[in-house]
Amino acid sequence: MRKTTYIQAINEALREEMRRDESVFLIGEDVGHYGGLFRVTRNLLDEFGETRVIDTPISEQGFMGMAIGAAMVGMRPIVELMYMDFILVCADQVLNQGAKMHYMSGGLVKVPMVIRGQQGGGKRYGSQHSQCIDSLVAHFPGIKVVAPATPYDAKGLLISAIRDNNPVLYLEHKMLYFTRGELPDVGEEVIVPIGKADVKREGSDLTLVTFGYCLLQALEAAEELAEEHGIDIEVVDLRTIVPLDMETVLASVAKTGRLLAVHESQANCGIGGEIVARVYEEAPHLLQAPARRLGMAPVSIPVSQTLEEEILPWKRNIKAAVLEMWRQPVAA
Amino acid sequence: MSTSVEADVLSSQAASAIEPSHLPNETLTQMYRTMFLIRRVEESLLELAESGKIGGAMHTAIGHEGNAVGAAAALRREDYLTCTYRGHHHALARGMDPKQAIAEVLGRRDGFAKGKGGSMHFIQPELGLMGANGIVAAQVPHAAGMALAAKIRGEDRIAITFFGDGAMYQGVMHETFNMAQKWRLPIIFYCENNRYSEMTPISRTSSVRELYKFPQAYGMESLQIDGNDVEIVHAAVSQAAARARAGEGPTFIEGLTYRLAGHMAGDLETYRTPEEIDAQRAHEPLVVLQNRLLERGVDEKVLADIRAEVEEEVAAAVEFAQNSPWPDPAEAYTDVFAL
Repeated sequence: MRKTTYIQAINEALREEMRRDESVFLIGEDVGHYGGLFRVTRNLLDEFGETRVIDTPISEQGFMGMAIGAAMVGMRPIVELMYMDFILVCADQVLNQGAKMHYMSGGLVKVPMVIRGQQGGGKRYGSQHSQCIDSLVAHFPGIKVVAPATPYDAKGLLISAIRDNNPVLYLEHKMLYFTRGELPDVGEEVIVPIGKADVKREGSDLTLVTFGYCLLQALEAAEELAEEHGIDIEVVDLRTIVPLDMETVLASVAKTGRLLAVHESQANCGIGGEIVARVYEEAPHLLQAPARRLGMAPVSIPVSQTLEEEILPWKRNIKAAVLEMWRQPVAA
Repeated sequence: MSTSVEADVLSSQAASAIEPSHLPNETLTQMYRTMFLIRRVEESLLELAESGKIGGAMHTAIGHEGNAVGAAAALRREDYLTCTYRGHHHALARGMDPKQAIAEVLGRRDGFAKGKGGSMHFIQPELGLMGANGIVAAQVPHAAGMALAAKIRGEDRIAITFFGDGAMYQGVMHETFNMAQKWRLPIIFYCENNRYSEMTPISRTSSVRELYKFPQAYGMESLQIDGNDVEIVHAAVSQAAARARAGEGPTFIEGLTYRLAGHMAGDLETYRTPEEIDAQRAHEPLVVLQNRLLERGVDEKVLADIRAEVEEEVAAAVEFAQNSPWPDPAEAYTDVFAL
């Protein structure tokens, strides 16, 4: 075991999979010679050349569509979107083309590809470079959505995403890039299956379901709540948003009787609402108190630090939400 | 606003001089058969739509057959093809079984996609048919990606993508032109200019009339040809394919043609006169080819026999499709994700 950054873990997964499988190639803006705006693809051009590490013009629809076409004939493209917000520029290709192709063809073609890049707030990039698009994409059938929070999960899930026979949206977070964590030595295979949540902190009083950068915020909140209020929170890291691992969520709620779903995309029409609804539909008897969700406020993301901190569902807001739930009377 | 005939340039007055292929009578006769088969399948589909047996949108390519059949004869089976939702003719030209085609449009179990794709999403990878598309121009980068795949793998395969004049105004078209030319991708961009973008002539919406001039801005080889003459289409696509296989990059072909039927089944066609359509009938692809075959000494009886044989084949296909069972409702939940 060794400690690496989240960026390093992704870079390693890309390199190892490109070595293993010649059909894997990278395409996107500044991914080659520059090594990616956030340096996630650095030095890959040196090893794999311009044929497999392709710098594109600023034409998201065009290169996303080309990746889909290449995947339809058996390649395994990995498309970097410099900011996940740009998925809206090529939404037709991602949601209406790539995600639907296998279904529309009655299973005649597969679209094995990964769309990756960073999303989220915290760096004061403002409304068009900070939003989380997980809930939006999760609404569409035919595309898997993963959002690893640790270097280990980042590497393991990217390898699974590349080997998957479907389009997989792989969501990084700009606040996670320089975080560090344990990773097995190079050469030891790291695989994290798509669709499996992971309990990152065991607890008995309340289940907090989250993913991505919110996981780190939730773990900090959980430590402080334990210390300050004696509340013992179980933190479930979804890791995969589509398909949802409800089994792990329900097992945790069965233990704690309380549920708070937290994510950085907006709360309204968000994945947290989906999780809460699924618990009420599938196992309402497990709940000892009303389940809740916490997401971003229904506003565009402002630039100013104080405004951004106000609306993001991070530690301060998570603690407030937990305490509010805690003060509610428990159902008989 | 002028109501003048949009198709005032006949397809035979195309700008680029190109030496037509001189194909053997036997080949041309086979092409005539395929074109007549496409025509009769599409006419039969229109009849089925009129009798309420087809839901949704269905767009026929009646009058476009020369483009599809001329191109198919110039390409290899392993070459990739994508096209717009007006794509029945390309599928049949590449060899799709009319039974499977009609069954799919009717939403039946024996359709090539088990009734999940329908008229706008014709696809059959084993024939190189990599998808008709319901979104205008969305299939264009797909073909470029297939050409890119062929290039990465070092394969001697090319891609061709078909679209209409209306697709020229989508941004993704120009994004793809730029990348395909810059990377010298083995691809042919084939515009079937039928003079109407759905119900509106491009003269009302476009600042450029001669579509083949757009790709020239990207430095691309570009031609405007008579898309109703299979031997001209065959020659242009053959040359473009040879350039692509030689690593010389993409070619844009504007095939001037004319849509003899409406944009879709049920089109009121208020935007053109019956006189305009009649004027085009003298130079539609089946007439052009039939006249050529007769000029070259093929007996009219041979053509009549082909037509009779096709009539039977199409009638049998329609019957087969109508008798094909509906998909099991459980089928709705399969194929969301590939294994």
